[in-house]
Amino acid sequence: MATVVDPAKPKAKGLMGWIDERLPVSDFVRDHLTGYYAPKNFNFWYYFGSLALVVFVLQIFTGIFLTMHYKPSELAAFDSVEYIMREVEYGWLIRYMHSTGASAFFIMVYLHMTRAFLYGSYKRPRELLWLIGMLIYVALMAEAFMGYVLPWGNMSFWGAQVIVNLFGTIPVVGPGLVEWIRGDFGIADATLNRFFSFHVIAIPFALAMLIVLHLAALHTTGSNNPDGIEIKKNKDKNGIPVDGIPFHPYYTVKDIVGVGVFLTLFAIVVFFVPTLGGLFLEPPNFEPANALSTPLHIAPVWYFTAFYAILRAVPDQQFGALLMALAVVAFFFMPWLDRAKNNSMRYRGMVSKAHLGMFFITFIVLSYLGLQPAEGIYVLLARIFTALCFAYFLLLPFISKADGNGPVPERVTYHAH
Amino acid sequence: MSEYAAHPPVGEEPEIDLTRRKYLTVATSAVGAVGVGFMLTPFLASWKPSERARAAGAPAVVDVSKMEAGQMITANWRKQPIYIVRRTPEMLAMLPKHDAELKDPTSTDSVQPEYAGNVNRSRRDDLLVLVGICTHLGCLPKQHFAAADPQLGADWPGGFFCVCHGSKFDMSGRVFKGSPASVNLVVPPYSFEDDNTLVIGTDDAGAAKGVA
Repeated sequence: MATVVDPAKPKAKGLMGWIDERLPVSDFVRDHLTGYYAPKNFNFWYYFGSLALVVFVLQIFTGIFLTMHYKPSELAAFDSVEYIMREVEYGWLIRYMHSTGASAFFIMVYLHMTRAFLYGSYKRPRELLWLIGMLIYVALMAEAFMGYVLPWGNMSFWGAQVIVNLFGTIPVVGPGLVEWIRGDFGIADATLNRFFSFHVIAIPFALAMLIVLHLAALHTTGSNNPDGIEIKKNKDKNGIPVDGIPFHPYYTVKDIVGVGVFLTLFAIVVFFVPTLGGLFLEPPNFEPANALSTPLHIAPVWYFTAFYAILRAVPDQQFGALLMALAVVAFFFMPWLDRAKNNSMRYRGMVSKAHLGMFFITFIVLSYLGLQPAEGIYVLLARIFTALCFAYFLLLPFISKADGNGPVPERVTYHAH
Repeated sequence: MSEYAAHPPVGEEPEIDLTRRKYLTVATSAVGAVGVGFMLTPFLASWKPSERARAAGAPAVVDVSKMEAGQMITANWRKQPIYIVRRTPEMLAMLPKHDAELKDPTSTDSVQPEYAGNVNRSRRDDLLVLVGICTHLGCLPKQHFAAADPQLGADWPGGFFCVCHGSKFDMSGRVFKGSPASVNLVVPPYSFEDDNTLVIGTDDAGAAKGVA
């Protein structure tokens, strides 16, 4: 941490100088923005981290305003959401921004993770950065799930039923644990109320702290880049990486362009197709929760369907739940499963590229299958692609070891514009 | 002679007893951890079903006098749908015939009161009482009582089918092989106050009268 009297660093005068002696604002700006050097060869894939942050802020902001009108009670929840949609001025807009934001958050996070897979961003020395990122992903899943329960539509209710019952598959403690989570003998008012508490306070707070840690870890190791080589190995006489450029103004300006494009697409969804054909908001959720009537076909929102397909593919509930949990846990081990010398897919062989490509296809196909009813050909396909999904993780150590050692350039690949 | 009388001269500070310091640190932390444990208890306990929720979970009384053979009604007990079916003799006759296709034909791994451990899984032969929640992930299995139901194939003996994930159960709630559910549908505790009055939630209807 920078000290207040550091003769090596220029000191501000006047008001800024007065503040800096009491709070290291200038040091912070220099360390993390104007003097933070990021690789100059960032490409399209490097938009999604900052965009995920934008969506997070948007969700917090719209969420605060929704909380002012929403009522977390079994009897009032559904009506209060309808009230927001029909009677609160611009309530429809705020609510659609929030519901679209949930899906946008996952789109950004999935693209952000895709980048990490393409360029080996989880590899040494960025293992902790990856693990914190995975914790953000898991917290986001919990946040999205509990948020989905709040409108207390019939899909909210039955989704909660299915997900909470997953904990019941844990041997011995399962049934007691489920009752404890619900706070009643079924999904009830108590459940809705505690999910509301988690959704608006506990998890957003945890997410904010994890995001700070994620950025702190990023700024400690420095960013990876599409070539997967360390820019810190090549420094000029001032100790600045020759292939680095200051985050501000170069990447702040780049990211603002990304934000502009993103918000345009976001607005198109919010204004013209807020349900996105049932993908972002499911039709059964426009009916109030009913404990005596299951929707014909229970499916979570698209961002969970890959894992849901794995759950349903197994004809044994305990093993199904275990396999689904394992599919999430497997991601945490990426830094150690990938034993390639090179980070980036650019400098790995065709087998590695095909292997990763197959994994992306598998994830998309599983996501599609999770949206379909569990019958006929879909069950068989779900089983095949579940096997392929785990095959990716199991084969990765061998393929990456054998096929990830090609020559890498000394300097990053860069074409001046 | 106070310890605070004066600072010892620089360089002549008394030696620090590190063992004592470490012991005190560990002992204080351990006591603190126990304290945190005690303090957490009320917060964790606050998640359990409240008194009101428990009171609302009292036994439910159902009049079954109007039920016809082959009819199913749904009662509500502890916010769970309770399926009550008056089975026909033909349905009962089917039950022992497909043991080989069941995951748990003798209900040994399944949840039911002792008096419902038989092949009919019921206290009284004709009357089936089940918690209508799929043991897989909690959807509501639907009634498909007719044998050879067109949706479920010619060899379907009649029973329940869960449309969520495709679990199949027979006319006493026993799960068929190939279903994602692993155990039979749960039989709740129940008893009869008289021939036509079913009390769900207690093994002994006499004792339940006051509550219900």
